Amino acid sequence: MKKMTAQEVASKIIYGELLFILDVRNEEDYAKWRIEGKRVTSVNIPYFDLLDGVEHARDQLPQDERDIVVVCAKEGSSRFVAEQLEEAGLKEVYYLEGGMKTWSETIFPVKIGDLTGGGSIYQFNRIGKGCLSYLIESQGEAVVIDAGRLTDVFEQFALEKGFTIHHVLDTHLHADHISGGRALSEKVGATYYLPPRDAEEVTYSYEPLLEGETIQVGQARIRIQSLYSPGHTIGSTSFIVDDQYLLSGDILFVDSIGRPDLAGKAEDWVRDLRETLYERYSALSSELIVLPAHYSKISEMGDEGRVFAKLGELYQSNAGLQVANQEVFRKMVTDNLPPQPHAYQEVRQTNMGKMTPSAEEQREMEMGPNRCAVHDSSESRRK
Amino acid sequence: MSIKVDVQLNCQGLSCPMPILRTKKAMDHMEPGQVLELQATDPGSYADIQGWAKNTGHQYLGTKQEKDVLKHYLRKAKPSEFIAEHQHPHRIENEELARLLEQKEAPLLIDVREPAEYAFGHIPGAISMPFAQLGSRLEELPKEKRIYVICRTGNRSDMAAKEFTEHGFVDVVNVVPGMSQWDGAIDSETNG
Repeated sequence: MKKMTAQEVASKIIYGELLFILDVRNEEDYAKWRIEGKRVTSVNIPYFDLLDGVEHARDQLPQDERDIVVVCAKEGSSRFVAEQLEEAGLKEVYYLEGGMKTWSETIFPVKIGDLTGGGSIYQFNRIGKGCLSYLIESQGEAVVIDAGRLTDVFEQFALEKGFTIHHVLDTHLHADHISGGRALSEKVGATYYLPPRDAEEVTYSYEPLLEGETIQVGQARIRIQSLYSPGHTIGSTSFIVDDQYLLSGDILFVDSIGRPDLAGKAEDWVRDLRETLYERYSALSSELIVLPAHYSKISEMGDEGRVFAKLGELYQSNAGLQVANQEVFRKMVTDNLPPQPHAYQEVRQTNMGKMTPSAEEQREMEMGPNRCAVHDSSESRRK
Repeated sequence: MSIKVDVQLNCQGLSCPMPILRTKKAMDHMEPGQVLELQATDPGSYADIQGWAKNTGHQYLGTKQEKDVLKHYLRKAKPSEFIAEHQHPHRIENEELARLLEQKEAPLLIDVREPAEYAFGHIPGAISMPFAQLGSRLEELPKEKRIYVICRTGNRSDMAAKEFTEHGFVDVVNVVPGMSQWDGAIDSETNG
């Protein structure tokens, strides 16, 4: 029996290779969250419908030479099904090592571009969650922004490339995933920065990120400039990197905008969100390349799996940026709030340092899809 | 609340697919109407046992949690309650076929009933190919074209659709419920 690692699946999705997924979890779990990609085809046949044999599943599987990856929650059932498919004569059948549990934690780094005077910016894509982190490097010095709970990937990457991580920044206090910022900074001896207005309740010490503050990276003096941009949280801060990139955190995404309610304050913060999007951001250069902290649809992923867009283009295409009227905007945002992410209150408490769940509990708290964006705002506009 | 249990199955410490696999095996040896208690510690068993019960027709009664142990209760179905096993997935209803028959290009329709049934009334243009003869007559049909299969109530045509598919026919559609409910045009070979 052959296995495929989650890293290999991620690579196929990033580079747009054909992939066929047979997901054998129950229908409910599949409907909520599954592996997606531009050229991924998936079907759902629960393993418990395949206890008597896999014959009737065969006509739903591709007849060509395509790889078939059988996926379940933790691996056991996918091995059970893959073995039967192999016995039934199918050749290119794999099971996903570690199942969706491992998929949820798989992170794939992609280079976004070069910086003036030397240096690069990389996007770390946690595909199973739609979470994006960044590493900016110049002359061996690196800054990590919005690091997730799984910090090994940054340390490993820095080690391979010979970078030293000097600074670790969070754009805001996250509610959908556990921040790895503090842990990473402690491990590598870097400074950890947080916007102070999001950090009023935190139990640990940090360096406050104030508006207008600049952080230098390397001798080339790549400038990371902080821009106070509240709306998703009261402290949300964006970064302008090298006058080229706008790291927008959870305020602005490629296809949608941030939600203002995860700290329970939709009505208060929707005004801030509108002001950030329609006044603060619109005063910036339209040539800036927006690099968000999340994406929610696979269509937001461009060539080579990169998630980005020019700010000027988003003012043309992003539905959340077409509603300047305060009242219409408020209604659009508050009417389109998706269900709140799994365990988001506990996630916030953990990120404040008020809770210290075990590794297994942290993993469990992060299960399921990301829900940081206001959804289907384009549809609501048409109503 | 006390529940009368006929069979207890201990799957504590096992992860999927084992709890469901063992449940299925245990149920195979039980009498219809008997109740099984499945003890599992895998939290995934909660959704999966309900999914399995729903898809097989067995009745999921409920779950009790005692500390880390989930106790799932299931009642074995009577034969009449079973969901027909693994039907051919592609099917249309009589009305849809009637609509297709009005189109310019007539659909390729195979009637798999016995010759006598066919003779007493069939849809104009339907090709007679009794189910028993199917295996020896497959060569007569194009494998890459869409084929509609019909019988009296949808059962033989379901089996025929699966047989066609197994032999490499790519697009086979079962017409349900079939001739027993057909109220469209009929040709008969007994009038003359």
